[in-house]
Amino acid sequence: MSRPTDILVIDDEQVVREGLCRVCEAGGLTIEAVGDAATGLRMLRAGNYKLVVCDVMLPELDGFQVLKTMKEEGITTPLIMITGCSTMQNAVNALKEGAIDFIPKPFTVDELESGIRRGLELQKLVSATAGSQPGSQPVHARPCPADAHRLGGLSWVRLEQNGIGLVGVTDLFSKTISAVSELKFFDLDSDLVQAAPCATITTEDALVHSILSPLSGKIVERNEKLSSHPELIRQDPYAAGWLYRIVPVTVAYELNNLIPCTQVF
Amino acid sequence: MLAQLTRKIGFKLIVVVGMTTIITIGIFAYINIRTQRQNLLAEVERHAMQLSETVRNSTRYDMLLNQRERIHIIINDIGTDPSIDEVRVLNKEGKIIYSSRKDNIGRMVDKQAESCYACHAADRPLERLSISQRTRVFRIHPDSARALGIISPIYTQRSCWDADCHAHSQQQQVLGVLDVTLSLADADERIQTSAIQIGIFALSAILAASLIIAFFVNKWVNRPVGALLDATKQVGAGNLSYTVPDLGKDDIGMLAHSFNTMTMKLSEARMQLFQSDKMASLGRLAAGVAHEINNPLTGVLTYASFLLKRTQNTPELQDDLKVVVRETVRCREIVKSLLDFARQSIPKKNPSDMNEIIDRSIAVVEHQVSIKGVKIAKILEPNLPRITVDPNQMQQVFVNLIVNAADAIDQEGGTVTVSTKLIQLPPQGIAQIRSACCPRGHNLMTSDFKIDGLPSISVKARTGGTEGFMMFDPVYGRNRNHFDLEVKNPAEVEILCPECNLSLFEEQALCKVCGSRLVSFVVPSHGEFEVCVKKDCGFQRWIAVDSVGTKEYVELSVSDTGVGIAKENLSKIFEPFFTTKGQKGTGLGLAVIWGIIDNHDGTIGVESELGVGTTFKIRLPFQR
Repeated sequence: MSRPTDILVIDDEQVVREGLCRVCEAGGLTIEAVGDAATGLRMLRAGNYKLVVCDVMLPELDGFQVLKTMKEEGITTPLIMITGCSTMQNAVNALKEGAIDFIPKPFTVDELESGIRRGLELQKLVSATAGSQPGSQPVHARPCPADAHRLGGLSWVRLEQNGIGLVGVTDLFSKTISAVSELKFFDLDSDLVQAAPCATITTEDALVHSILSPLSGKIVERNEKLSSHPELIRQDPYAAGWLYRIVPVTVAYELNNLIPCTQVF
Repeated sequence: MLAQLTRKIGFKLIVVVGMTTIITIGIFAYINIRTQRQNLLAEVERHAMQLSETVRNSTRYDMLLNQRERIHIIINDIGTDPSIDEVRVLNKEGKIIYSSRKDNIGRMVDKQAESCYACHAADRPLERLSISQRTRVFRIHPDSARALGIISPIYTQRSCWDADCHAHSQQQQVLGVLDVTLSLADADERIQTSAIQIGIFALSAILAASLIIAFFVNKWVNRPVGALLDATKQVGAGNLSYTVPDLGKDDIGMLAHSFNTMTMKLSEARMQLFQSDKMASLGRLAAGVAHEINNPLTGVLTYASFLLKRTQNTPELQDDLKVVVRETVRCREIVKSLLDFARQSIPKKNPSDMNEIIDRSIAVVEHQVSIKGVKIAKILEPNLPRITVDPNQMQQVFVNLIVNAADAIDQEGGTVTVSTKLIQLPPQGIAQIRSACCPRGHNLMTSDFKIDGLPSISVKARTGGTEGFMMFDPVYGRNRNHFDLEVKNPAEVEILCPECNLSLFEEQALCKVCGSRLVSFVVPSHGEFEVCVKKDCGFQRWIAVDSVGTKEYVELSVSDTGVGIAKENLSKIFEPFFTTKGQKGTGLGLAVIWGIIDNHDGTIGVESELGVGTTFKIRLPFQR
């Protein structure tokens, strides 16, 4: 089998393709870029890629249809969705439908790089624990508590008695990042938006990762322990490594965008 | 002109009915006159017949006795009656032997004469004839009155040829002829009078009938049809707020009523389409722009941040590149918030219990608010009726308001009070005009000049050579108008639509208070709104809203014992991007809330006193 290409980019904008190629090649990654979904799918089927970076707005078939087709055909390559239409709706849908990350355009090099690194780490995890049955998703990370809901595979929220939401990152997420050196919170009382960044983690490899919030709401409490012991996030993401307590704004509606944690990754 | 007239259905009706009336009454009158004439004639005939019999009978005895003198006297006496023209007896040779006209005695009458024709036309004279054959109507002289003559043959009897005078032989059947002529002058006069009378009556009847018909056709057909026609023309021109006046309870009245209903529904549908069209196109525009901008921005940001990374060892370049990256990121945030704001979703409304929504909102924020030591008090109206709202949006509104209220309290132990109430309000000071146009349909509302935070009604004014604008308060009865130019004499000013220059003055009425002219705005689906043009007069009339009278509202308020809002900021707080929270606030919250309430046809107002507290009052209209 030929050496796998690291990244396949599917985007109809030339500047985006070129930019991505420039950045990734400078980072030592191999990358191929195509302009439409049909070609991309063809190449996915034929070739061997570790990661797909796909735009939503494509001619004919869009990014969501690419996700769907990949799922149907059992192509397990992790997919990062990028788009210029960075609406909350697009983001949650992408994550719900199986994208591993959502990076809105325009993005900085850092945002792109951290996403790609996480994606590649995930791909390593997947192939390491790949089962003999094609099409099945093997469990390669601890699932979050059964009464919680997750945003794709990134973050989770559990509603406590008084309606307050407890927010944290998933074990899967924490496995895709290297050792945490610093966690930057948002301020207390600030408003979070579902599928928008709610905190940033700087890891020892100088990457800055954005954590996407699972629900919209106001931050009422922060896990201050993480300021001094950020490693808790990786050690115990579901209990001691919680991030925030928030007052959700429209829980009923937004829960529909999340995946109940009873569903394994 | 005639062509125009013939197009009117009323005219055609009048013509047809009029013609029918003329024909029937005419025929009736004619038949009447003829019958009368015939009857009269028959009467005279009968009279003449009777007279003949009487003359014959009264002279028979004397003829038998051959008393010629006596017969002359009898015939003379009979002939004195003015209506008898002549009584004469002719012998079998045709000689007049007796006559009431002395001059005719002894004259011969030609057997060929018209009066003798009936019997003597044939070779042998006829023996018996019917009455009508023996009667003739003629004129004695061409210019005299008519006369009726009746000829009665005197048939022989035994005593006639048996008598001593031996005047007649036994073979003679007809001894002679009695000819009685009666004047028809009297009868003719009577017929004439009668005919005139009937004629006059017929004409008057025709006239009266026509007038009555014309009046009723005009009242029941022409005017309503005309009104309906005008209405259809108005609606056709785009003026969907035109209402047909009440046209009675008959089917045309029903037609008018259902026409009004139809235009109202049409207008509502159009407004809804408009609204959702506007929202949809705004959303599409925003999304399109965002998408278009985001791609090139990606290029800029990606390369700029890449350069930043690559020049980590060159500080001067770093500083400059940091600026580029930072500002591009800022562009990203602006586009994102624009997209979120434009995406104000069309609410999904159902009948909901506001008390429940408030309870839920409080439950959501209770914990956070109590951390600050702030108490939440509830004063909820029991049995609050359900109103049609989007519950999620309403919850968003209250969560925001309560949290803002709690934030405003900067010391321990403040209270946020949430209350609900059912109130009734008259339209004055409450009803808000959300849309106004000129009779041709041009929009007069403007957000460029707001009165108390609401878009005003803006019109062009022209007086004494100068032109300016006048902005009218959209709240009925509040009159906080703003005039751009000074109107010294209200009788000399022209008020025009800024787009088509059509005069906006009301033609049919004047101000009830000061007699000046009224400016009239068309409020789609809600008739017309009239305002006095004189600056401090204050007279306003909005019939559609007045006729509904007081309306019921659900009033919801959130008040706090916090720091209050400065007076100069009060009018600005609902503007997007206005914030007093410095860098922290995005300034979007109250503007979004205003939009949600406006979308529910409600109003939100604020009262505040520095150091005491602030109250937000929301009023949502509802109909049982």
